[in-house]
Amino acid sequence: MQIIDTNVSLSRWPLRRLPLDETPELVARLRRYGVVQAWAGSFDGLLHKDIAGVNLRLAADCRKHGNGLLVPFGSVNPTLPDWEDDVRRCHEEYQMPGIRLHPSYHGYQLDDARFAHLLELAAERKLVVQITLTMEDERMQHPLLRVPHVDTKPLLEMAGTRPDVPIVLLNAFRSVRAEQAAALASAGNIYFEIAMLEGVGGVGKLLQKVPIDRLLFGSHAPLFIFESALEKLRESALHGRILKGLCTDNARRLHP
Amino acid sequence: MTDIKHMEARTAEHRPTGQGVTRRESLRIGAVGALSASLQLTRRSWAEAGSGNREADATEPVRTTTGETRIWDGHTHLASIRGEKPADRMAQLIEYADRMRIERLVVFMGWPFAYDPSPDQFRRQNDQVLAAIHDWPDRVLGYAYVNPNHIDHSLEEMQRCIVRGPMVGIKLWVAKRCNDSALDPIVQRATELQIPIYQHTWLKITGNLPGESTPSDLAELASRHPRATLLCGHAGGDWELGIRTVRPFKNILLEVAGGDPTAGFVEMAVRELGAERVIYGSDAGGRSFASQLAKVEAAGITDREKKLILGVNLRRLLSPIFKTKGLKS
Ligand SMILES: [Zn+2]
Repeated sequence: MQIIDTNVSLSRWPLRRLPLDETPELVARLRRYGVVQAWAGSFDGLLHKDIAGVNLRLAADCRKHGNGLLVPFGSVNPTLPDWEDDVRRCHEEYQMPGIRLHPSYHGYQLDDARFAHLLELAAERKLVVQITLTMEDERMQHPLLRVPHVDTKPLLEMAGTRPDVPIVLLNAFRSVRAEQAAALASAGNIYFEIAMLEGVGGVGKLLQKVPIDRLLFGSHAPLFIFESALEKLRESALHGRILKGLCTDNARRLHP
Repeated sequence: MTDIKHMEARTAEHRPTGQGVTRRESLRIGAVGALSASLQLTRRSWAEAGSGNREADATEPVRTTTGETRIWDGHTHLASIRGEKPADRMAQLIEYADRMRIERLVVFMGWPFAYDPSPDQFRRQNDQVLAAIHDWPDRVLGYAYVNPNHIDHSLEEMQRCIVRGPMVGIKLWVAKRCNDSALDPIVQRATELQIPIYQHTWLKITGNLPGESTPSDLAELASRHPRATLLCGHAGGDWELGIRTVRPFKNILLEVAGGDPTAGFVEMAVRELGAERVIYGSDAGGRSFASQLAKVEAAGITDREKKLILGVNLRRLLSPIFKTKGLKS
């Protein structure tokens, strides 16, 4: 069974050292479980202002340690001066298939005109756009770093107008209920991964509401334990076309 | 309480799909052995399949623990699962537990959840749990849900559910902060009965409920009752603080259920408290068995430590009441 993990991050989580925050160790763990591709952003993208430097290091780390496994998704912060050039560099200089956004860490909402413009640029360059809705449980955030969940409501209207941009919502299920996910999936070209999906048999239950072709495998490693996402497949007794769709095929359609 | 015939009937009904061994066989030969047997030893683990490019099935084990790890889940609920009757809900929970090779489930509280239940409400919820235990005597254990705002009724309920009934512990939730002296009679009685007290704790930056305990509240209670066995539910949520808070209180064990599967949690707990003081629980159905088991199974600790957390510690805590009741663990 091959897996494409659409939600990993490199470098350092700002608030804690993690068992797998050295890239070679993360890569070894992913390989052990049959991960053939991991879409990697950078924790540095959350708070660093020098996003160009963040993406340069991310691309270099993926090349150096990934041996084809790590696929960089550069961070873009559309509130920074000349952010459009970060999009250009991600695409032209590093040949990234997509970019990763952290709207709540960067202080804008999805009804912001800059976000709409960003989607335009992504469409022109055929980039996948990942939006991280949250990084951690809001109840245990650092008192000086209380970051809200991204509100997805604006996407319900916008996404329909941009069928040319695949939008992957990362860590969606802390704040997005299955019914809302279903509405988002039918509104536009929107995908979800399972890292923050909870509830016993959660994936199986989600599949009763959200079409399988919109679900991707994601672990949120190394902040989350990779095996958590993996064990969910077994808990829901997934098999055959459903399992393969979730673990590989759906992601491959976005980044062949 | 052991009712083998009853259990085998159940087992046949609830044989996990695609597995060629019954659950009883699986318990006898051990979880990993059973899985191998059920897969007729023809398939390799995911890890091997990943490195060897051979197709494997996703329902194969990804377990990092080795040998016959007997997993007891110290924290599950009948809520967050659909079903008219306790039996319907319990059957579903057992089916998921079978998939994850969990041998026993501690269940507490019925449905619907009530923050400050009246005596009638907590009795009704305990009745739901009693029904689940009745149907699955070898798989399900129960803690009695009581409310310190109703002390006399709570003590009566302990008598009904634990002394005269099959339950083996106490669950306290969010009706009253646990540093309150109102809890003392409940804790004293539990200490006499040699049963554990599971106290929900959370330290929320977003604000606790009025009656919701923090790990510091539990520490106060522990210092008043050094002979009581107290479980710090959810490790206080904010586990980096929860672990430090309970560290000096040797009669508090840390329970890891019900928070995100954040890497490094169990490693820190073992480093600071020792594995003997850490207990696995899931908080299923609200949480997934998968995410919560992964906290322990994927942790960078020894297999011996994993075994302690996944079952040995809970069996040790329950051994006095098991002995009293003539139960086998
Ligand atoms: Zn619970």
